[in-house]
Amino acid sequence: MVRAIERTGFDQKDVVIVSGIGCSSRASGYLNFNTLHTTHGRALAFATGLKMARPELKIFVIMGDGDCSAIGGNHFIHACRRNIDLNAVIINNQIYGMTGGQYSPLTPQGSKASTAPRGTLERPFDILKLARGAGATFGARGTAVQPRQLEQLIARAAAHKGFSVVESLSQCPVAYGRRNNLGGPVEMLKSMKEKSISVEKATAMDENELEGKILTGVHFSIEAPEYAEEYYRTVTAEENH
Amino acid sequence: MPETKPILMQGNEACAEGAINAGVRFFAGYPITPSTEVAELMAAKLPDIGGVFMQMEDEIASMAAVIGASIGGMRAITATSGPGFSLKQENLGFAIMAEIPCVVVNVQRMGPSTGVPTAPSQGDIMQTRWGTHGDHPIIVFSPASVYETYYLTIAAVNLSQKLRQPVVLLLDEVIGHMREKVLIPGGGRLIVEKASDKAPADWKPYDDKGVTPLVPFGFGRYYHVTGLYHDQYGFPTSDPRQVERALDRLHDKLKKYRDEIVLTNYIGHREPKVAIVAYGCTVRSARAVIKKAYWQNRLPVGLLSLQTIWPFPDREIKELAEKADVIIVPELNMGQLVGEVERCACGRAEVIPLNRYDGEMITPDQLVEKMGRWLS
Amino acid sequence: MGNRKEILLTGAGGQGLILASIVLAEAAVNDNKNVVQTQSYGPEARGGASMAGVIIDVDTIDYPKVTKPSILLCMNETSFNKYLPKVDTDCTVFVDSTFVKGPFRDDYQIASFPITRTAREELGREVVANMLALGVINAATALIDRHIFRDSIFRLAPGGSGELNQKAFDAGYHLYEQGPEDGIGFSAQTIK
Repeated sequence: MVRAIERTGFDQKDVVIVSGIGCSSRASGYLNFNTLHTTHGRALAFATGLKMARPELKIFVIMGDGDCSAIGGNHFIHACRRNIDLNAVIINNQIYGMTGGQYSPLTPQGSKASTAPRGTLERPFDILKLARGAGATFGARGTAVQPRQLEQLIARAAAHKGFSVVESLSQCPVAYGRRNNLGGPVEMLKSMKEKSISVEKATAMDENELEGKILTGVHFSIEAPEYAEEYYRTVTAEENH
Repeated sequence: MPETKPILMQGNEACAEGAINAGVRFFAGYPITPSTEVAELMAAKLPDIGGVFMQMEDEIASMAAVIGASIGGMRAITATSGPGFSLKQENLGFAIMAEIPCVVVNVQRMGPSTGVPTAPSQGDIMQTRWGTHGDHPIIVFSPASVYETYYLTIAAVNLSQKLRQPVVLLLDEVIGHMREKVLIPGGGRLIVEKASDKAPADWKPYDDKGVTPLVPFGFGRYYHVTGLYHDQYGFPTSDPRQVERALDRLHDKLKKYRDEIVLTNYIGHREPKVAIVAYGCTVRSARAVIKKAYWQNRLPVGLLSLQTIWPFPDREIKELAEKADVIIVPELNMGQLVGEVERCACGRAEVIPLNRYDGEMITPDQLVEKMGRWLS
Repeated sequence: MGNRKEILLTGAGGQGLILASIVLAEAAVNDNKNVVQTQSYGPEARGGASMAGVIIDVDTIDYPKVTKPSILLCMNETSFNKYLPKVDTDCTVFVDSTFVKGPFRDDYQIASFPITRTAREELGREVVANMLALGVINAATALIDRHIFRDSIFRLAPGGSGELNQKAFDAGYHLYEQGPEDGIGFSAQTIK
């Protein structure tokens, strides 16, 4: 992500990193920008207020899968709906890692978790389909095993005006892999790489062939009015010195 | 300077006007009775003065957005009522911990739960003190008239900025919805400057030496804002010494500015035998009684009205308890602040509660009855 | 408290009683008096019973709720039955005869006027019955100088209906001058 920011040419002082709570969200504390580590699930709502107060800022919002799609699900769909210019980066390790491996709304059905010892019955979201349905205008998926592609996707999302979502599949060998006999970190990354297939290639494949695959690349990119810009168009500026 | 002309104004309207005149340019909220008028007025007015109004997806989001806007350098406020105030608690705690200025208006309604949404109550006294988890400080104002609502909103915004501390404005349904004559000073509104960085080069967001003004994001001062215990630059720490110092810091700033924060008003006899301690709409009933008993009949009675509820005006109560034999505490709840009064009176005066919780105001007659023998 | 006047406007939600109370309260402010206006809130004001109170005094007003009305307006049967027993017999009671029929008890000062009917027939709009009622009340009680109302009516009337509402207020004066339809123990002199 930092490489992606560099690639976009944004000024360091204009970049803000906002995060929620979870393994992924501690990232904000390791980056040399203005960084805001919020409450669990609420990162997008904090970011919305900040963006509306200071529309010139480039705001990246890092969230985990549980953070974004469970406790923060409502804020997520409404940020999509408003099409406010925020760059959401969802680090999806398919589990609540920080609290020791409970299932999340993005945990594949049947997977074992500390709160699903017999395998979860719940069907997961496809977060990109959810985002698109809710009105987001850019959606892409990458994986931790293909960092260069991920960097490109985040850079494209940042350049996009409107609400963008990049789902970054990562692995949690400790809380997820071990419990589901997926091997160690290397095996998990290997399997992730094997399952990955680009959206472009996928168009030529049928449903059976796509079963269990991870579709990477840009899933959608649509032009639509952006909320902060539209709002300020209707506002009369206060008379100032 | 424009002439100061008396106008008719509603309590909730006075709150919105006060906020705007104190430089608030950001409002995020969610519709809830009986505070909705504040949001409606902000929605009508803010876009005309370069401000932002946002109706968020829920109460939690509106509290979060207010904090986000404040970090961006806009003075920000939200308004809600009982159930919504409950939902805001976690993020209110975040703002206290991260020292982000903001004002939360809670127009109390009768609870618990959905309760009677349109009935007046003073049931949130303890929730405003201890609603969010952890050993946090809080400032709470409670106005007793439309005009007090106006100036306490301004005071809340200014104190919040100065101390980088959230302030709760605790209204009740009576004060929020009634209209009365007010004199709003003329002279036009404060010109709000755009967010900027005027801090010295050695500025630290959480300086050990004391509160520094917030330098908003986007000015090249790279720091971290978190709800975790943090060091002078905002980065997480769990070092016991730093943790203790950080919590002391939050409480010390309120102690240091105590006299600016704690606002009370006394009317009546200098050496009262019996005194009433009241806040919010109940002050109105008490004042009617005390004015008649003291101004007309020269009886040894008095009324201490509390504009500030938290931090609790302990010194003022102690002083009163030195003089009075009896202190009556009328409240529209089953007895919340009366415990604090008892604690501070420390046996020097008898403390008698007067409670009403049927969704109606305490009447002057009820107070007269309670004061019985001292009024004859 | 000798100067304290308490006015209670009652009827059904949608009859514009809260607006009427705000117009009255604002006129009182413009007349340099102290005033407090309160109302019953929530579901009651949407179709059910509606109630608004105005207290006018030259002194500061402490207790803000109406307890001893000197003037009561009842715009429907329900409110008449509910509030009449709550007022003292020296309270002046105005009744809309469109909805509330006499004969009335003679131990109260009750005067009935065809308020809503006049609004409908003479002004073509029932919705201005509230201003018409205010006209009747002020004509009878001279609470506030008649001409002071104009500003408040024009400022508060919804969507450019100031002229129509002012006409309704004036029609209230006219209606009062014609005398009450039914009223026992009531005359302009007794309350002026």
